[in-house]
Amino acid sequence: MTFTNSFSIETFDALVIGAGGAGMRSALQLTEHGHKIAMISKVFPTRSHTVAAQGGVNAALGNVTPDKWEWHMYDTIKGSDFLGDQDAIEFMCREASEIVRELEHFGVPFSRLDNGKVYQRAFGGQSQNYGEEQAHRTCAAADRTGHAILHSLYQQNLRLGTTFYDEFYAVDLLKNQDGEINGVLVMNIHDGEYKILQSPHILLATGGAGQVFRNNTNASINTGDGLGMVLRAGYPLQDMEFWQFHPTGVSGKGMLISEAVRGEGGKLRNALGEAFMEKYAPRVKDLASRDVVARAIAIEVNEGRGCGPDKDYVLLDISHIPNEIITERLPGIREISQTFLGIDPVKDPIHVYPTCHYMMGGIPTNISGQVVSPDKDGNQQPVKGLYAIGECACVSVHGANRLGGNSLLDIVVFGRKTALTIDEALKKTPAQHNQTLNLTPVVNRLNRWLNKAECGSNDTVVQIKKDLQLVMERGCGVFRDQPTMQKALEELEVIQERLENVCISDFSNVFNLERLSAYELENLVTIGYATVVSALARTESRGAHSRVDYTERNDDEWLKHTLYFQNNHTLTFKPVNLSPKHHEMIKPKPRVY
Amino acid sequence: MKFIISRYNPESDQTPFDQTFELDDALLSADSMLLDALHLLREQDPSIAYRSSCQEGVCGSDGMNVNGKNRLSCVTSLSELGQTITLRPLPGLPIIKDLIIDMTLFYKQYKAVKPYLESIPLDLEHEHLQTPAERAKLDGAYECIMCGCCSTSCPSFWWNPDQFAGPAALLAAKRFVVDSRDIKHIDRLKELDSATTTFRCRHIQNCTDACPKGLNPSRAIQELKSIMVKDL
Repeated sequence: MTFTNSFSIETFDALVIGAGGAGMRSALQLTEHGHKIAMISKVFPTRSHTVAAQGGVNAALGNVTPDKWEWHMYDTIKGSDFLGDQDAIEFMCREASEIVRELEHFGVPFSRLDNGKVYQRAFGGQSQNYGEEQAHRTCAAADRTGHAILHSLYQQNLRLGTTFYDEFYAVDLLKNQDGEINGVLVMNIHDGEYKILQSPHILLATGGAGQVFRNNTNASINTGDGLGMVLRAGYPLQDMEFWQFHPTGVSGKGMLISEAVRGEGGKLRNALGEAFMEKYAPRVKDLASRDVVARAIAIEVNEGRGCGPDKDYVLLDISHIPNEIITERLPGIREISQTFLGIDPVKDPIHVYPTCHYMMGGIPTNISGQVVSPDKDGNQQPVKGLYAIGECACVSVHGANRLGGNSLLDIVVFGRKTALTIDEALKKTPAQHNQTLNLTPVVNRLNRWLNKAECGSNDTVVQIKKDLQLVMERGCGVFRDQPTMQKALEELEVIQERLENVCISDFSNVFNLERLSAYELENLVTIGYATVVSALARTESRGAHSRVDYTERNDDEWLKHTLYFQNNHTLTFKPVNLSPKHHEMIKPKPRVY
Repeated sequence: MKFIISRYNPESDQTPFDQTFELDDALLSADSMLLDALHLLREQDPSIAYRSSCQEGVCGSDGMNVNGKNRLSCVTSLSELGQTITLRPLPGLPIIKDLIIDMTLFYKQYKAVKPYLESIPLDLEHEHLQTPAERAKLDGAYECIMCGCCSTSCPSFWWNPDQFAGPAALLAAKRFVVDSRDIKHIDRLKELDSATTTFRCRHIQNCTDACPKGLNPSRAIQELKSIMVKDL
């Protein structure tokens, strides 16, 4: 069989692709406003990766230490190594308190203080009064805050009756006769049926792509599907050189050990027993920004002070923290340590090493959540009908390094905001569905995976994915330089060629997971290119992008965002926004903790 | 290591059948999880179907019946399982393919207990106050990951999955019944006070034995029944 241009069509006011916290928050808003929407998710909603977030969500509630949104804004900009857009960061921090109270009203079981208010813990990079005392800004539900938020948002969507398309995979964006985004082709994973969902408003909330690295904290579903769709539709990705390596992943395996562990008093130690963060961040020590701590661990290991037979990890010690605090506030961490390391952190330290955790880059958007792309004159213009939120988007509130506790905030703030943007557009112009969609590119893509007879390759999708992950880990890890990245780029060419020749062996229609991984792999390879090409170009060190051949930040040349286009791997750049509306600009300065 | 996996593809098979796979021990290490082995088996045969996502026991995707017990493959250590491992789909619900079941009824029962907070109208200047003691009542209930290991181990649920809410849904029901912020306490209890929805639970405790998160749905249902007796 081959695919032709005939698919069944369903029409909606708006489509939300991805049922993590971002998608779920926006779906809630759109359903509440009475719009006919569909929430499309490749897994059942509560399986989305928001569920794995642990530590908490930042808001200047001031429940534990005095706090102001202005201080949160300052910390976020500093944490971003000044690459974050100051207008967007200001917006997010101003919304934070209200949006966290809203989550509380939705039912999130936040941990509580004795006075009944939401418990807030200390997290990395947080300060009072623009860089002074440590702040306690991270609102937490034990160490399961993501789970608590995702389930509560799903529950509220059940209350309002949101329409879900569970276990549907979004294959590609569809354009109308004028080249505008107007629909998406989806595959029902249960029976392999494809159908067109047509809508003038498509919101991508497809999450991250940490699967592009071998060692990562990410779910296997985090394959950057929205990013691949956007690149194939001809739009750029922004700041893809910036990947956060979380300092404390379970060594050799990658599972996340929350920053909350250090927030509650945990200490990093090397093989000599030294609490080494004192050397790298004399003032805040273990609660420096994640990029700083990740580099410190990598240096300790590189210089031979790692632990274990291969000296390849460091220790996270919480044995001095009272048992009841661990039971009450870090139960999930204890469980992970027992399951995956066979140790009880109450007694023995956790073996940790930096692991790929979060993508600061993504689909460029404005504060309203509209995807933006440069026009012929280089001015950023909204892409009609296309929106992006959460980890797949780059607003940019995280710049070159995200602060812990800001991603759960990002997803709900921009989830709500973007739903309101779409709501306004629908009020002005109700959805119409009389447009013809161009199906040729997506049909070609589907047919490519039907090859059987002509396949001469013994290669497999799984093997190519593994090799890609290794190329990325070696070529674009915590530390980078020109030769290793150049080599990675050459290896990506080989990967790309293998991807073009590989065939699948399973042609069934029901839960064909090999075909699904093939579609996912196409997205991952595009993301590999976006990352390496962007990282090679940026000849400075900033935030999570640490180059051993360009060790300093260079604001004269590089205080700007990278935009990567798939066509010929082209790069363009755009300025960082330094004009918040309600606060004076935070001037770039050397970043010390 | 030998794996006996229940296979079923509705496009080609009338009924499920067992297929045996061998996995070279050299590919595995002392701390390998069952999910790691399944990924390796899928390299042998890419058509083996099972759900998985987070790989660390929080998303609840990969519930399956392992040597007769319902478990999550990602947090089940191979070393506990012996040299022959038998994998079947979670029992009692329709099979879609291989180890993947149709959880529609399970989700329907969850939705039917109205698992969402209904609180006093929003005031976004303040959070609801809740003492640590009130909040502690939610512990052991809110952590559920909806993997289905409990409900699909429950004979009462096997018998009446359309009428009996099942342990997962009742655990969720209890979570909202005891939430100090909820204003529908009595309404919830009245709706749950039915011979089938709640009282089909005979406290066999398979649910508690099966829960991979160490939760105790059986006790939660017992508490729910006690609250009904007191408050209704």
